[in-house]
Amino acid sequence: MVNLIIDGKNVTVPKDTMVLEAARSAGVNIPTLCAHEAISRSGSCRLCVVEVKKGHRTRIVTSCLYPVEEGLIVDTRSERVQNVRRLVLELLLARCPKSDVLQKLALDLGVDPHPRFVPDTDKGKCILCRSCVRVCEEVVGVSAIGMSSRGSHKTVGPPFKEASSVCIGCGACVYVCPTGHIVMQSTGDKRKIWRRTFKMQACEKCGKYFAPVDQLKFISKKTGTPYKELAVCTECR
Amino acid sequence: MKKITTALDLRRVQEDLKKNFDPSKKLVTICAGTGCRGYGCINVKEALEAELQKQNMDVEVRATGCFGFCEKGPLVVVHPEKIFYQQVKIKDVPDIVSKTVASGEILEKLLYRDPFTKETVLKEEEVPFYKKQHRLVFGQNGLIDPTRIEDYLIIGGYSALAKALTEMTPEGVIDEVKKAGLRGRGGGGFPAGVKWESCRRAHGAPKYVIGNGDEGDPGAYMDRSLMEGNPHSVLEGMIIGAYAIGASEGYIYVRNEYPLAVLHLTLAIAAAKEAGLLGKNILGTDFSFDIHINKGGGAFVCGESSALFASIEGRAGEPRAKYIHAVEKGLWDKPTCLNNVETWANVPIIINQGAETYASVGTEGSKGTKIFSLVGKINNTGLVEVPMGITLREIVYDMGGGIPNGRKFKAVQTGGPSGGCIPERLLDLPVDFDKLTEVGSMMGSGGMIVMDDRSCMVDVAKYFLAFLQEESCGKCVPCREGVRRMREILEDICAGRGKEGDVELLEHISTGVADGSLCALGGSAPNPVLSTIRYFREEYDAHIRDHRCPAGVCKALITYSVNAEKCTGCGMCVKVCPVQAATGEKKKPHSINNDLCTRCGACIESCKFDAITVE
Repeated sequence: MVNLIIDGKNVTVPKDTMVLEAARSAGVNIPTLCAHEAISRSGSCRLCVVEVKKGHRTRIVTSCLYPVEEGLIVDTRSERVQNVRRLVLELLLARCPKSDVLQKLALDLGVDPHPRFVPDTDKGKCILCRSCVRVCEEVVGVSAIGMSSRGSHKTVGPPFKEASSVCIGCGACVYVCPTGHIVMQSTGDKRKIWRRTFKMQACEKCGKYFAPVDQLKFISKKTGTPYKELAVCTECR
Repeated sequence: MKKITTALDLRRVQEDLKKNFDPSKKLVTICAGTGCRGYGCINVKEALEAELQKQNMDVEVRATGCFGFCEKGPLVVVHPEKIFYQQVKIKDVPDIVSKTVASGEILEKLLYRDPFTKETVLKEEEVPFYKKQHRLVFGQNGLIDPTRIEDYLIIGGYSALAKALTEMTPEGVIDEVKKAGLRGRGGGGFPAGVKWESCRRAHGAPKYVIGNGDEGDPGAYMDRSLMEGNPHSVLEGMIIGAYAIGASEGYIYVRNEYPLAVLHLTLAIAAAKEAGLLGKNILGTDFSFDIHINKGGGAFVCGESSALFASIEGRAGEPRAKYIHAVEKGLWDKPTCLNNVETWANVPIIINQGAETYASVGTEGSKGTKIFSLVGKINNTGLVEVPMGITLREIVYDMGGGIPNGRKFKAVQTGGPSGGCIPERLLDLPVDFDKLTEVGSMMGSGGMIVMDDRSCMVDVAKYFLAFLQEESCGKCVPCREGVRRMREILEDICAGRGKEGDVELLEHISTGVADGSLCALGGSAPNPVLSTIRYFREEYDAHIRDHRCPAGVCKALITYSVNAEKCTGCGMCVKVCPVQAATGEKKKPHSINNDLCTRCGACIESCKFDAITVE
């Protein structure tokens, strides 16, 4: 076990715990957008920064990636920390002015859109946190989407912005997206996502459309479970 | 080459090679670095060879590594007298051969002429550009053909490796490097020996050593010239480092835009392997080590260690958080020691000379020498290797020969895009890692861009921010979005759209970007802005408040006019103006129509009478 101090509270957590989790276990809330339990961490949104003090050295670190250390003193609300968070939110609000998630977060943290930043109109609600890419690679295992281009031209999507041939239409990316940028439309026996239309499987018992055929085929192939067994929705199983 | 199996064998091979090498024999060396190749030195070399053959003279013409004095290329040295010729053209070749090579006669017109004393200089080391240099790492470049391992062996190459492997323990090597005070030449300045020690102590196998040759700062090319000019010195350093750390595999990450560096490194690795200096059981010892070349695609961010690892691993070059250091979890999550190629090239020198001698050069916190690429508004463009602690003034004026066309020095930008601009009043600053950081810049990899009074510091900051915006990997928000917004504000200021409070806003964004970014690219990205605000605040204010660009650079804020007293009506500006904005009758003062003028500057450059005024 490792002992540390977070915002003046003594906290004891197992080794290898990240500061973010250690703080949460002590009831200290640190805002995040890209840390999701299902996927590995990229440290890209920078909202979860905290100030850590070890010996004489003080520095800003990403709490979602910084492992706890014995005797570490963590300040989650120092002036420097709040300055970074304020800037990150100002920048994200200018990038995604229509995101309700960001607006709510800004309201909570008392941040207003910066009048000097001209809001973007072409970025949707995507903050490029990479959660969708990671879930597709790490959890689903198909890597249908990825990042293309660099810097401020960076975008997320299937290769060459074409319909992906490996996407199984599972919607895991929609599930992990913190801002609701990815659009998935399910109507009747069709599901549309990432420029592709998937045929849905109707549950053999209740008849409800519950999953794309491609997804069930993928699971069947991966697990060796006969397709027929999968063609029943979770409620009827 | 025959395989060298022991340290003794190496000495024998070196001595045999030396025996066949007569220093009193005639030899012509020609700089064949990329700069001189641009001037056509390969044609000069071929012409020299053809002429020597024609005149029945058996003299070797050796294409060597970069001499550093790029301003005056192609550069030729006639040995044994060491007569130094500059700006040599094919038409000069017959005279060089029939007069200088044949009978030692000196061709005055090809000698370097001191622009101040107007006297000619006979030898390389007497040229002011070289005089104050301390060419520890770079000095051998002009002697050896980098494609021949024999040339490196003649000058004692690989002796340091033999010494390390047979007379020193790995810990002993690390100790020596620590005592020498060698700090990372890639920019960070981290003590190399300390890094090696942590990597040696780290658990995990295999361990890797990496030579970072992903030089990407605008205007910087010393790493390229080192890899091109003396590739074996980099290899030798890496092999010694690998022995000290306990690494079995190494990579040199070199950008694909450096084809000559890639070629010379490839040849060097092959030759070293053939000679038994790389590969299995080096010099007959238990130590085995191999080096691969990884060609980079040109992303600036790949010079950052964790992005570089990602790139070698076959992923997009994006940095990751380094709370667990690379010496513990680096390439493929294995202990990895990454150093810049210049750092590696210093290692054989330390082992050969001993830490004490090495550390006698430099300042208290920064030992040895540093190679800088001196570019921009400077008379002598080139690469200078100087002892740490030399002043900026000595570099700019004594070596660089001052500012061209009688203009005034304004600032020197060091450390590349992550560095800062240092003003004239700090010219007597001793150059070392800590001093440069103190004044808001950094050593960086060694780029030094000199600016004169016609450089607008807001424009300079805008240029570097635009570069960084393009080169940001885009992973984290402060760097991707923050640098972009800073560039937008700077663009506004340069276009006359600046607002009161913009400077304070730039400072606010800077603090957040520096504190909040994931890697050092974002962390240091605000430096060009902060240092120009710190030293040239009045220029920002002039742009924002008075809509005026004091240096006459920002097109939206300037107008061109003709000084009727100076104008002779020669018609040059009328001829060169691409948009017919300059008009006038012959022999009468001309005028410029500012509605048409695009402020391209062609008229200013063409006017011999300095009659065009920018306001």
